Amino acid sequence: MQEQTVENSVLPAPGSKVANRRRAWREVKDRIAKYGVAVGGISVILAIVLIFFYLLYVVMPLFQGASLKTEATYHSDFKQPVFLSLNEYNTVAMALEASGVVRFFDAKTGKTMSETTLPLDGKTISTVSAGAATTGVFSYGFNDGSALVIKEKYKVTYPTGTQRVIVPEVTYPLGEKHVAIDDQGKSISLLSVQSYEDKTTFVAYTEDKRLILKRFEKEVDFLDDTQFTIKEEKHEISLTDVSSLTQVKLDIDQRELYLVDDKGFIYYYDVQQLDKPRLIQKIKAVPTGVDITSFEFLTGGISILVGRSDGHIDQWFPVRDKDNNYTLHNVRSFDAQSSPIIAIAPEQARKGFLTLDKTGHLGIYHTTAHRTLLVEPYVNSSAVIGLSPRANGFISMTDKGDVKLLDIHNEHPDISWHSLWEKVWYESRDKPEYIWQSSSASNDFEPKFSLTPLTFGTIKAAFYAMLVAVPLAIMGAIFTAYFMSPRMRSFVKPTIEIMEALPTVILGFLAGLWLAPLVEDHLPGVFTLLFMLPVMIILTAWGWTKLPKAWRERIPDGWEPAVLIPIVLLVGYVSMASSGAIELWLFDGNMPQFLNDVGINYDQRNSLVVGLVMGFAVIPTIFSITEDAIFGVPKHLTIGSLALGATPWQTMTRVVLLTASPGIFSAVMIGLGRAVGETMIVLMATGNTPIMDFNIFEGFRALSANIAVEMPEAEVASSHYRVLFLAALVLFLATFILNTVAEIVRQRLRNKYSSL
Amino acid sequence: MKQRSSMKIWFDSGKPWVWLNAGAVSISLVMVVGLIGLIAVRGLSHFWPADIVELTYAEPGEEKVMLVGERVDHETVPAARLALSGVHLPEGQETANRTLLKIGNRDFFGLDFRWINDPWIADTQKPAGLVSIERREWGNFYGYLVNVKQQGEVVAQGEQAWDAFQQRLARSNALYNKIKDIEKSDIGKINHGLEDLRIDERRLELDNVEKGTAPYLEIEEERKQLNTRYAKLREELDELYSELNRDQITVKISDGREAEIPMAKIVQAYKPNAMSTMQKLGQYFHNAWEFVSGEPREANTEGGIFPAIFGTVMMVMIMSVLVTPFGVIAAVYLKEYAKQGAVVRLIRIAVNNLAGVPSIVYGVFGLGFFVYFIGGSVDEIFFQAKLPSPTFGSPGLLWASLTLAILTVPVVIVATEEGLSRIPRAIREGSLALGATKAETLWRTVLPMAAPAMMTGLILAVARAAGEVAPLMMVGVVKLAPSLAIDNIAPYLHLDRQFMHLGFHIYDVGFQSPNVEAARPLVYATAFLLVLIIVVLNLAAIGIRNRLRETYKASES
Repeated sequence: MQEQTVENSVLPAPGSKVANRRRAWREVKDRIAKYGVAVGGISVILAIVLIFFYLLYVVMPLFQGASLKTEATYHSDFKQPVFLSLNEYNTVAMALEASGVVRFFDAKTGKTMSETTLPLDGKTISTVSAGAATTGVFSYGFNDGSALVIKEKYKVTYPTGTQRVIVPEVTYPLGEKHVAIDDQGKSISLLSVQSYEDKTTFVAYTEDKRLILKRFEKEVDFLDDTQFTIKEEKHEISLTDVSSLTQVKLDIDQRELYLVDDKGFIYYYDVQQLDKPRLIQKIKAVPTGVDITSFEFLTGGISILVGRSDGHIDQWFPVRDKDNNYTLHNVRSFDAQSSPIIAIAPEQARKGFLTLDKTGHLGIYHTTAHRTLLVEPYVNSSAVIGLSPRANGFISMTDKGDVKLLDIHNEHPDISWHSLWEKVWYESRDKPEYIWQSSSASNDFEPKFSLTPLTFGTIKAAFYAMLVAVPLAIMGAIFTAYFMSPRMRSFVKPTIEIMEALPTVILGFLAGLWLAPLVEDHLPGVFTLLFMLPVMIILTAWGWTKLPKAWRERIPDGWEPAVLIPIVLLVGYVSMASSGAIELWLFDGNMPQFLNDVGINYDQRNSLVVGLVMGFAVIPTIFSITEDAIFGVPKHLTIGSLALGATPWQTMTRVVLLTASPGIFSAVMIGLGRAVGETMIVLMATGNTPIMDFNIFEGFRALSANIAVEMPEAEVASSHYRVLFLAALVLFLATFILNTVAEIVRQRLRNKYSSL
Repeated sequence: MKQRSSMKIWFDSGKPWVWLNAGAVSISLVMVVGLIGLIAVRGLSHFWPADIVELTYAEPGEEKVMLVGERVDHETVPAARLALSGVHLPEGQETANRTLLKIGNRDFFGLDFRWINDPWIADTQKPAGLVSIERREWGNFYGYLVNVKQQGEVVAQGEQAWDAFQQRLARSNALYNKIKDIEKSDIGKINHGLEDLRIDERRLELDNVEKGTAPYLEIEEERKQLNTRYAKLREELDELYSELNRDQITVKISDGREAEIPMAKIVQAYKPNAMSTMQKLGQYFHNAWEFVSGEPREANTEGGIFPAIFGTVMMVMIMSVLVTPFGVIAAVYLKEYAKQGAVVRLIRIAVNNLAGVPSIVYGVFGLGFFVYFIGGSVDEIFFQAKLPSPTFGSPGLLWASLTLAILTVPVVIVATEEGLSRIPRAIREGSLALGATKAETLWRTVLPMAAPAMMTGLILAVARAAGEVAPLMMVGVVKLAPSLAIDNIAPYLHLDRQFMHLGFHIYDVGFQSPNVEAARPLVYATAFLLVLIIVVLNLAAIGIRNRLRETYKASES
């Protein structure tokens, strides 16, 4: 038999080596558990908090300004150009020199890559102009009334697979031969040329103050598309009462022509039909004493930007009035600079622009957002500037030959508090409006990111839902908690509460495909139902008191809802069944049509449907919390009140409801939070058009539904993407605040109950 | 006068208001029960093999036509509404009854449904010979079976046609399944192998291995082998296809036209008018089983929803694995280890409130943080050869599960904390008094006792996750997933794949599909299944919670 020793016993002797080792090990385990749980717990909580900070992190860049970084500065010995431009990778720059030399050079070092001398035929260049930046077209006017059009082109090849090689070249859209513009052979002093697709239009202002329009149109034979003819049109606009023009600008669509004279007047012409140019408006665009120092189109060719001698920049665009006449309006002004604006460079993909003033300050602006992103001293002498197509690079050259290449960091100029929440006057709109329209097929589209109509939609949905849910849920909770028999309560409460778990996609589906057509077909019935239900319930109650006692006693107190269920069903059936007759009698057999005829828009998927269904979705939330609050009112309060002779109803309204009111308030808050954030119901039960109208028969677009619809298509890190994150952040904050308020109120109530 | 005053007394007593409150309860109950009933009735009736009627229908001023189809709906409409659809009733008649007939045969009539005005129905019959054929394309077919053909030769007609048809249909369905099996598993494997080789090659390129060296040649060799295997399978498939296309049937449509339907395009066929109730019941369960276990067809508007059930279950399971330990650890920390004070109270409020944050916000977070940020980084580090096509950098099963885990973790925390706080102090103190450490007390006594509470939390989390759609639309759900997340290709579980989901299926089929009217019964059936799952889960949670409460009541007293 083995001897019992300290080492092999089940429980080692206290103080022995084994016992100490074991204890130490247990302590280690305890400590590991402690720290393990702490680390785990804290990290889970941090992960949850991370949501807020991540949303914030994505949204923050929206509100950052622009910044500049100097990429390269060098001195070049070629002559100062009249125009400068950059390619889209900010690697190659082009300089048009006044002598007729087109020079492409490495933007970082200034090394010339290629040099083209234009065919001048011995003439003298009298003017140089640029077409819309997106087309890359430039034109030269000559002293004999002729002109030449050139186009910059960057051929990009990948000879080794990954290495990019850019070969710049000059092409001639109308051939290398000069185009005769003025038959009289007078020198051209101002020129504007646009060439887009197969259409090229020249507007030339000659030294003897005549304005000549000339258009070339390539017409492809519709039977054989290799054959084409070139159609030539020419017209002269007489400028009898105009002093001297300083600017001539034709828009990219070659439909609108703007002239600026030296007195600060803008002449706005419609030249769509070249032979019938029409002066639409002549307007004094600047106050006396101020000159127009520069003039450019914003990308898209709808707005014009007027740079003034006092450093202001005004945006104008034609606005249509009631009689379909267009007039120019000064839509917004930027006044961050104070000396004459000498150059304006519009961005090509966004509605932003850069300016350079006489003191060498550089300004970066965005029109839609009405944002001044940056104003900084930049050079100290006059310079020629060029902006890259992606608006992230910028090159300039002073008259002394100093070249500066800049990186522009300006990711989201198009978003501001103003553009998100206030009325914005968008291009081609007749007044400032709230619009959400995030994308379109066209490239030079002005995105409209107003969260106001979406927030309005969310509030509208929540409002109608609460209108349905609050009375039903609170009244139901009052009865269930206070008047209902315990047996019935044990069945009713879980039944209603289980609806909280019902997937909202099912409710949304029923709302859109079952309830919406039903409501449309039985609209009068719905309103009869809403009106008749309370009336019939009261009548039933009155009738109940008249019933013989023996009958009444069959159903004990606290089972009234059971009596009323058949009544509710009956009223529902009768209302729906009589709907057609009422419709025939009052609304010519079709109430939605009738509503449309009297000027109330009716959509099948409307706020009434959303209100009913979302109200239904919110009822369990409000019901459950209210019921708990009322049920938790200490019994001695109610018993005391009843003992003093108050009726149950008096006790309810004067004692119970007052005591439980904070709980009811928090129930409504939490219900509201749920209604605000609900997505699937509003997505499926409305037409999702972002309109702002409180009409119950129209739809809306809610913040949450908008995110669900647009998020999968939004380009990562674009303004659109970040604005959708902002919408999510707004929803997060709104619900979080509502819930926190509710929670604090509820905790106070709990303390109150325990002290009562 | 007496009447009035008694009324006044009655009003003063407050009784009417109590009744009004009772009315609110009744209305809520009617809505709840009515809603579930509506979904159940519409969802369950979808599988019933309804009788097919043959109508002789004569619109005024037009020739008599024969119409064949299932009665779907019946309603009374006012004349004004009918006028909108171009039907003018005789003067003085203000309403009319009409029937919605599912006429099927979409390839012949262009429409599945037609409204029939009851007064113009001259005759209604239910001939036993009418056949309802469920097809793989173009929806249902209703008509008469004329004959059965084998490669254009009539092999059976008249009385024998039906039996021959059933036999040959069983054969063609077996062939069809075999073909699908080969295409899915064997060819899928080969395609996957080829894709792997392409990635291997790209990896070599990224490592700057010179072309034409041994590793490249190896890849080339393997590719050749796979292509040979593919060619062999292709041959086998071609043979099976020609076998499959052997038989056709000729059918007669209601307007007398005859048409030929290839056997390969038929799923099943039955003659509802000739079936007994028991047979119909059998057919009913057969249809219901097909619905639960089958693949969707025709842009999800027909067939089964198995991939959606599978996707939902997979996602919920992965989510449970993630959410339970983290939720429990956080709850244990908050309740047992953290110093109880203002900070913990604040955290508790915050956690509570996060359960009320809209689910769409979690979806946005999941898309930005998990998919683009984490997934994008994972791709850069581990799946560089596959770029630019993303592996984890696009929505998928893992991200969906993670997003829903974050969404439901507050539920688990709250439920577990509640369970922990219900455990009587005496039990804890007893354990500590016997010399157990805190960790031992937790592990051996507290946590086992709180297990039902954790279970409740988990069930509630699962119920919430199963019904959530809005966040999933962003982080991984698609309308039609080409393959399930589990298959026979290594690593067998594909967490990066997109998946189908019951809730999204409802949204997609009900709102995005081209043929909503035809798909509606299917959506009701899907909705019913989803409601059933969620109600059962919730009832289970409530049951466990109630039992838990009673257990502690006993141990406290």
